[in-house]
Amino acid sequence: MPASSSNDDPDKARRFRDAALPYLDDVYTLARYLLRDAADAEDAVQECYLRALKHFDGYRGPAMKPWLFAILRNVCHAEYARRATAAAPSIEDLPETAGQTPLWREQQDTPETEILRERDAATIRRLVNALAEPFKETFVLREINNLSYREIADTVGAPVGTVMSRLARARAMLRAAWLAEEERPQ
Amino acid sequence: MTCEDAEVLLHALIDGELDAGHAREVETHVAVCPRCAAALANYRQMSRAVAGAGLRYSAPAALRQRIEAALPSAPKTSRRDMLKGFAMGSAVSALAATGLVAIVLRGDDDQRILSDVVSAHLRSLQAGHLTDVISTDRHTVKPWFNGRLDVAPPVIDLTAQGFALIGGRLDYVDARAIGAVVYRRRQHVINLFVAQTATTEHRPPRTETVQGFNIRRWEDRGLSYWAVSDIGADELAEFGEKFEAASRANKEG
Repeated sequence: MPASSSNDDPDKARRFRDAALPYLDDVYTLARYLLRDAADAEDAVQECYLRALKHFDGYRGPAMKPWLFAILRNVCHAEYARRATAAAPSIEDLPETAGQTPLWREQQDTPETEILRERDAATIRRLVNALAEPFKETFVLREINNLSYREIADTVGAPVGTVMSRLARARAMLRAAWLAEEERPQ
Repeated sequence: MTCEDAEVLLHALIDGELDAGHAREVETHVAVCPRCAAALANYRQMSRAVAGAGLRYSAPAALRQRIEAALPSAPKTSRRDMLKGFAMGSAVSALAATGLVAIVLRGDDDQRILSDVVSAHLRSLQAGHLTDVISTDRHTVKPWFNGRLDVAPPVIDLTAQGFALIGGRLDYVDARAIGAVVYRRRQHVINLFVAQTATTEHRPPRTETVQGFNIRRWEDRGLSYWAVSDIGADELAEFGEKFEAASRANKEG
């Protein structure tokens, strides 16, 4: 007979705490970008840890961080469904075609010699937040949460090739927005 | 290598995900393609800027505490509270706290129970955790407890006496489900926890302070009462006296 798998097992609680709580800031960061609302992010992170604890007995990998992120995504998707009526503004106004335009065409419209001007943190954060899903998610996982391509693939449940094309598109969109931002009158 | 290939692979180059052979191929292409070279330079700048901008967030201390409190060494109830919190958002979070909660307790381990009561009070102040049933009408709050507890906490409307009834909640103290009747005094919440007790004798109220919260407790007709709030001891005493007076009037009336 396996030992008790109850959520009330204090030993399990200790193991879970040691394994999962060090990533609280990472999980919270991802939640902030996915939900764009501090209160919703807190609720989602709490729910994420609750679910993680519940499934901790069966946890065999991947690494803890992608595992927690994957759970958080599910929680956030439930929240998206709840919000379904509210449309999120985004750089990518045509998400249907977002994955179809060849990247190199876009790139030809960008001047060769353009140097990106430095932007402050608030501006960068706003530009990142304006990226359409799932590009923002991939970008945040790579650039802010520092996941490898393999870990991102584990998190989002997609092949590494998909992760690479999403990341390429995310950076291309961010670059375009970054350059456009510089042309705006101050 | 074409620009199309490079456009994807140069990200893998930036991220250190390419093996040496492919890295060399991308670098060879970039050396002869000004557009891809410009893109690579921009993407490198962007990555550096993003990394240096401090775009990570730190989880609020209160969130950490809520998660810690939900782990099994803490009372089981937090799990339900958390789920509810996600559903309800922060509708009631703006209230500061005074809660009057009624509980049936075993009557031992005084300090632990006092500490449990304060923990329950603190949890109730977190976003969305204050009330399970929101109503200023005692005829709504009281029936709500039926079937949820083995004892019906008296629900008395003290709005006229300056303590507004705002709802009820199930909570856990000493690992048992208890009823909490929630009142508000100005912006302060009072949780009145009500639990069954073994004796039916009347025990006069005592006031204690735990973690900065005042707790006024008394026993009457088989029930233990714990009123917990951050309002002053004098106001909490006023609350207890008015509650007991109204309770006697109800009984006699």
